Amino acid sequence: MITDKTIKEIHSGLKRRDYSCVEIIEETYKNIEKYDSEINSAITVLDKKSVLKKAKAIDAEHKVSDLLCGIPFVLKDAYVTRGIRTTCASNVLADYIPQYNATVYKKLNDLGAVLIGKMNQDAWGHGGSTENTDFAPTHNPWDLTRVAGGSSGGPAAALAGRMSVFAIGEDTGGSIRNPAAWCNITGLKVSYGRVSRYGSIAYASSFDTVGPMGKTAEDCAIILERIAGKDPYDATSSLNPVPTYTASLDKTLKGKKIALPKDLLGKGLDPEIKNAILEAAEKFNFLGVAVEEVSMPIFDYGLAVYYVIAPCETSSNLARYDGIRYGNDRSNFTEETMRRIMIGTYALSAGYYDAFYRKAQKARTLFIKAYQDILSKFDAILMPVNPTPPTVIGELIGDPLQNLLADFYTVTQNPVGVPSLAVPCGFTKNKLPIGMQLIGKMFTEEILLNIGHQYQLVTDWHKKKPEMIS
Amino acid sequence: MDKASTKLTTDEIKKLAKLANLKLTEAQIKKMAESVSSVLSYVSQLKSLNTTDTEETSQVTGQENVFRDDVVDAERMLSQAEALSNSKNNHNGYFMVKAIFEEV
Repeated sequence: MITDKTIKEIHSGLKRRDYSCVEIIEETYKNIEKYDSEINSAITVLDKKSVLKKAKAIDAEHKVSDLLCGIPFVLKDAYVTRGIRTTCASNVLADYIPQYNATVYKKLNDLGAVLIGKMNQDAWGHGGSTENTDFAPTHNPWDLTRVAGGSSGGPAAALAGRMSVFAIGEDTGGSIRNPAAWCNITGLKVSYGRVSRYGSIAYASSFDTVGPMGKTAEDCAIILERIAGKDPYDATSSLNPVPTYTASLDKTLKGKKIALPKDLLGKGLDPEIKNAILEAAEKFNFLGVAVEEVSMPIFDYGLAVYYVIAPCETSSNLARYDGIRYGNDRSNFTEETMRRIMIGTYALSAGYYDAFYRKAQKARTLFIKAYQDILSKFDAILMPVNPTPPTVIGELIGDPLQNLLADFYTVTQNPVGVPSLAVPCGFTKNKLPIGMQLIGKMFTEEILLNIGHQYQLVTDWHKKKPEMIS
Repeated sequence: MDKASTKLTTDEIKKLAKLANLKLTEAQIKKMAESVSSVLSYVSQLKSLNTTDTEETSQVTGQENVFRDDVVDAERMLSQAEALSNSKNNHNGYFMVKAIFEEV
């Protein structure tokens, strides 16, 4: 399949005219028709005729000006797209047609990348399994009885199912990394402010990040250098210059240092995942990296910090949905979303604000210090993405507390703001994907992508695809 | 770790729902009293974390006072028809909302 290839390979093929843009688009639609009735990765698939029209225009110009020109992609349905239904997987926005474009979509569109779908997710980002959706759960292409992860489960499953070449996800507490790890793809949670959030439907504004999902670290580097940067429409977007991420991919890892928090590999972690992480550490040793054990005792408080601040921010952000100017009324929120609004409302209310919200914001400062302490001595921290392999559909959604514990490894990076790259690093004996994450200092995506790329040059986990995708 | 139980009554849930502008059924209220309480009890472990002399962090942008020029950006302007295009209830170019004052 053309869609098995990396962005660079597809670009070269387009230039050599081994195939046309129309052929690539036809292949993605063929895969959607073939597999998505079972996977359910898409909420809205764009009209094939109009997408092909765009592809034909690119072919007719006989020039693929940019690496992303003519490359099909999908968006998590949390990004507003002018004239294209945008639901955030909630019935509240079931028929919402935005009047403007998210900056990330505008940038990709301007480069000639071809949008083909708006993908399934947990409504408003509220979940880690794409079960909290009003458009039916997304099924994992590696085992259809299991979840794809979340909240960006649709984009991850679509990439594993070769229905797209890359995707834009959104990560507030693991929403890019969790489904990436469970679907065997590569995904990057960027530093807070690295990519404009304009037009990204807000979950928790001080945690939300917009990031790339692809088959490789190299693909993520190519996408990131095109979507990152200051946007006057997002006052929190960073002024830091955007490096040419692809220029650093080939650097040797000799002399790099990775921290391995051994205390986080204990109770609650699936033994097969633990082994895969330790094997990845050995692989890094082989690549010339010094891997040293550290400990992060404060991690035990991570879920508590996240599950106070994120519901507080979401209760405020979701207050705007009243069904007057757009959308449907508040009775359309799912139970999980209502619960998060209620928890946030409680934690922000007079009498409880100090004990919950203010306390969590103080704890957030301690997390920043804990990460700084380690990252001042290391280039990255290595840890699992998920404590278990993908769960069976229905297993977690009924139990809010168990559901929350599944986010153990991914919720502390967002309050701190640091970037984290999720990379495939093995399989369980039942052929379920395992992912690791590499966490770096603020704005060191360059280093994380370099490490991820070098790892992918000596491993082939990321090249494997689900048996059903033939 | 201190996991002090935080048990909310159905009356407290009703009050919260009113504050959050959510209409819950009796069954939802009962269920919510259980699940909201269990999450709040879990996050209460924060109480055992020593935060003496620790400042709060509310954002991690590293930026302060981000301003823009006070000029109209025509690219971001919507026509009246566009602005109303998603509303289910409008009249003569206005959004229709429920009355908030009572007639006397």
